Amino acid sequence: MRAGSDSRAAFLGDPGLVGMSVLLALLGIAMIYSAGRVELPSVATGAWRRQLMWLAIAIVAFFSVTRVPLRWLEWATPWIYTLSVLLLLVVLAVGSGPNTRSWLRFGGISFQPAELAKLGTVLMLARFFAGRRDTVQRLAELWKPVAIILVPFFLVLAQPDLGSALIFGVILICALYWAGVPLLTIFMLVSPGVSMILGFSAAIWGVWFLILIGVLYVRRPFFIEALFVALANIAAGATTLPLWNRLATYQQNRLLVFLNPEIDPRGAGWHLIQSQVAIGSGGWFGQGYGQGPQKRLSFLPEQHTDFIFSVVGEELGFLGAVVLLLAFTWFLRRVLVLALRAPAGYGSMVAFCFFGVWFAHLVINVGMTVGLMPITGLPLPFLSYGGSFLLMMFIGIGIVARVATER
Amino acid sequence: MTMRVADPVRPRRATGATVVLLGAVGVLVAAFFQLQVVGRSEFELKSRDNRLRPITIPPARGAIYDRRGRVLADNVPGYSLSLLPSPVDSARATLERLASYLALDSADVEAHLGRFSRRPQSALVIADNLSFQQVAAIEERRPEFRHTVIDTHPRRRYPSGPAIGHVIGYVGEISEDELESESFQDYDAGRIIGRQGIERQYEASLGGTPGVRYVEVNARNMIVSEFGGKSTVEAVTGTDMILGLDLTLQEYADSIFPEGMRGGLVALDPVNGEVLALYSYPTFDPNLFIGGISTDDWTRLRDDPDRPLLNRATTALYPAGSTWKLVMATLAMRNGSLGIGSVMPTSCNGALQYGRRAFRCWKPNGHHVLDLSGAIKESCNVFFYQVGLRLGLDPLLEGVNSLGFNSATGIDLPTETSSRFPITREWYDERYGPRGWTESVILNLSIGQGETEQTLLRMAQFYSALALGESPVIPHLIRNEALDQRRESWTLNLPEERRLELLGALKRVVNEPGGTAYGSRLQNWTAAGKTGTAQNPHGDPHSWFVGFAPAEAPRIVIAVIVEQGHPDNQRSLAVPLANQIMNRFLELEGVEPNPPLPIPRRVVVPLNTADE
Repeated sequence: MRAGSDSRAAFLGDPGLVGMSVLLALLGIAMIYSAGRVELPSVATGAWRRQLMWLAIAIVAFFSVTRVPLRWLEWATPWIYTLSVLLLLVVLAVGSGPNTRSWLRFGGISFQPAELAKLGTVLMLARFFAGRRDTVQRLAELWKPVAIILVPFFLVLAQPDLGSALIFGVILICALYWAGVPLLTIFMLVSPGVSMILGFSAAIWGVWFLILIGVLYVRRPFFIEALFVALANIAAGATTLPLWNRLATYQQNRLLVFLNPEIDPRGAGWHLIQSQVAIGSGGWFGQGYGQGPQKRLSFLPEQHTDFIFSVVGEELGFLGAVVLLLAFTWFLRRVLVLALRAPAGYGSMVAFCFFGVWFAHLVINVGMTVGLMPITGLPLPFLSYGGSFLLMMFIGIGIVARVATER
Repeated sequence: MTMRVADPVRPRRATGATVVLLGAVGVLVAAFFQLQVVGRSEFELKSRDNRLRPITIPPARGAIYDRRGRVLADNVPGYSLSLLPSPVDSARATLERLASYLALDSADVEAHLGRFSRRPQSALVIADNLSFQQVAAIEERRPEFRHTVIDTHPRRRYPSGPAIGHVIGYVGEISEDELESESFQDYDAGRIIGRQGIERQYEASLGGTPGVRYVEVNARNMIVSEFGGKSTVEAVTGTDMILGLDLTLQEYADSIFPEGMRGGLVALDPVNGEVLALYSYPTFDPNLFIGGISTDDWTRLRDDPDRPLLNRATTALYPAGSTWKLVMATLAMRNGSLGIGSVMPTSCNGALQYGRRAFRCWKPNGHHVLDLSGAIKESCNVFFYQVGLRLGLDPLLEGVNSLGFNSATGIDLPTETSSRFPITREWYDERYGPRGWTESVILNLSIGQGETEQTLLRMAQFYSALALGESPVIPHLIRNEALDQRRESWTLNLPEERRLELLGALKRVVNEPGGTAYGSRLQNWTAAGKTGTAQNPHGDPHSWFVGFAPAEAPRIVIAVIVEQGHPDNQRSLAVPLANQIMNRFLELEGVEPNPPLPIPRRVVVPLNTADE
């Protein structure tokens, strides 16, 4: 390797990763600019300027983070985690937002504590697993990581923001997976969640339960664990309907509309139908940058935040969408490779968990625009307008870059 | 920090994660392919439905010309305002804002909203007769009216107005009921259609085909721009039509029809069946209906006791009076029971005793001895009572019915009333009971009274047959060679010499001193015809004239009725009217003069002699 390349790598961690991040963020600003070009007055108009400002801040934050040794970070982890949990409590008390209490405002700046909590939880779980030399085998040994994610999970769920809350579950699964926890154990841990989703239909839940029993019978875990898992599944399945009734109406509608957007085409189904129409009418090459009629005439809602990818689909077409998806894939794969190359331990775990979180955001957000996922309000990394999200993204990338330099 | 140790788990798990990553991205790419490539056309349509609103471009109706190329109906540019589909609340708000510009009251607003909610998908025409000032005022405040479209559209115009009201009909916006009906299957709400007259009869060709253009609206249904796509379909103008009608003659009739009287006239070309004039008075101005007739105007027309909307030439029924005597003469001559020189057994002393009743002649002192020719010339009732009796009831009924007097002519107008005449004696049994009537009905039937009602058009057609001796052409308004050949199935079935003898008698009516129409003979041509007086239970008798000119080579057949047109039982108002119109037409056509015999100087003639 040449010296220049080495020094650049030391400076940026991984030039490819950083370059792709900045490229995606700039593309995001271009799409936010287009999203603001609409016929009706919209908050999206001018948003690109604010996003550009946030990108500048995010890049400064990125360089600052790459200067922080992982040791220091690992040392600070409990404090970061505690701070994020406290902010989640604060936001429940004084937060604001359209449907949820998820925003904290300091002067002119809004901030979502849930974004910080994702970071804090990733670091906290990584610290937990880095501290262990042996691999977790027993379900009961997992109470600590489960507790680590359940605290922010319930606090975010109380906002209520189901989509963001589920991300904490994703972080846990990623951490367990990367720590080498047996897949059966992960399966058993996750199974009550599946039961809860399938609990709407006794028949479907019954099938799931039989599969579960079958797996337990074949793989033979400890009897007491198997019994516990079975009972947890029964309990979860039984609580589905009572829990459903406690969901906010808009959340219920979002989930129902996911199953059939036509039940409420002017209301809750509107978002999904308009998004599909926007993407579908893009065709191979799209309507041209800035030209999408669905966006331009304000048929497409949340066009600069949650549904920014629909603008991509409408204006840049199938080819644009695929190129962008491939760019994301390359980015995520890069994070994964860095996680693998890093020595096992804190840094590697942090990188892999970020991979999982960003991957989940990508799949859930883009899947939502085409109707593969329910509408949850999870933003798309780099593209969706939102300053605190972009800042946290680049802080995360900064940590991953630091992991790359320390290997 | 940590030592690199052999780690079999992470590479495997990294591979697993890569598989999941690629799998998930693959599913997403497939979903995009499904939407953008497979479903593209469907979603493009949905996107267009979302943002494009069709605006109908109303077609220009075909123009209508008379036989000399004068315009009966054409189009001028007008402005219309339509309301785009939008939620009812915003439609109401828009209408209320428009109210002051369009002079709508709250009832109008509700009516428009009612129509609007019945057809929420299509743009609704609120007004189609905006003035330039109104357009300017609304355009100035365009942001307030972003759910509305102002369009220029062709507006119908009838330059000669009232003179042609009953012929041309009028146009109006299609009604809810018409939209449901089969004859307007392809029509959309807001379409202007022909109502009555030629406009209705030839709607299919005159109407044209509407075009469509699209405007782009945003998510709140406000118009953003004119859509420049290729999907705009131009409207197709309706087909122009040429009528056989003579507008100059029609206007002349309008100008000379006796003021304050009711009545009508129809003039035909006996050779090809073209209608030369068709007029009914009182008349109406069809221009009133353009853009929707005002309530006041409509109430006035509808409630006028003189019924200006009634077409007295084709839909009113009258007893034919003495014009009917030619029908009787024809029937009696063709079965050989009567010749032109025949004299009846009972001479006229003012009445004919039949049973216990005296049937009167119009001339109280009687006509004394007359032959058929003289009886036609002087219109002697007593003579024709006996003609009827000689024929007998059954042959009379059968003969009359064989000449089409119980049917409509089939003229190309949307409404025509069928003439009426008893079919058989059973008809009388049914009406009055088998013992409720006697054969004396013959006497009334013989002079065009009693159970018979005819239209002007039917009488004009019978006289066409008398004029030419052929089976008459079915009257028609438009110029069309095929229609020129469409004839009635019946003929007079009279030997030519007999017909010429009747023609001679009809000439005497107009051209000989003592004839009932002598006072109105033409200066330059020999006319022929028959006066009539139809008894009217409601007042003065109706005055008839049916005739043609020139007698030898007829170019015009005319039937005229002036209701209560015998004001003092002396003067006939129909006769001079008919003769002036025939005269005018022959002048207009430049027909070679063929003056009648000079008037013998010693004879003193009373002006405008009436019969009966």
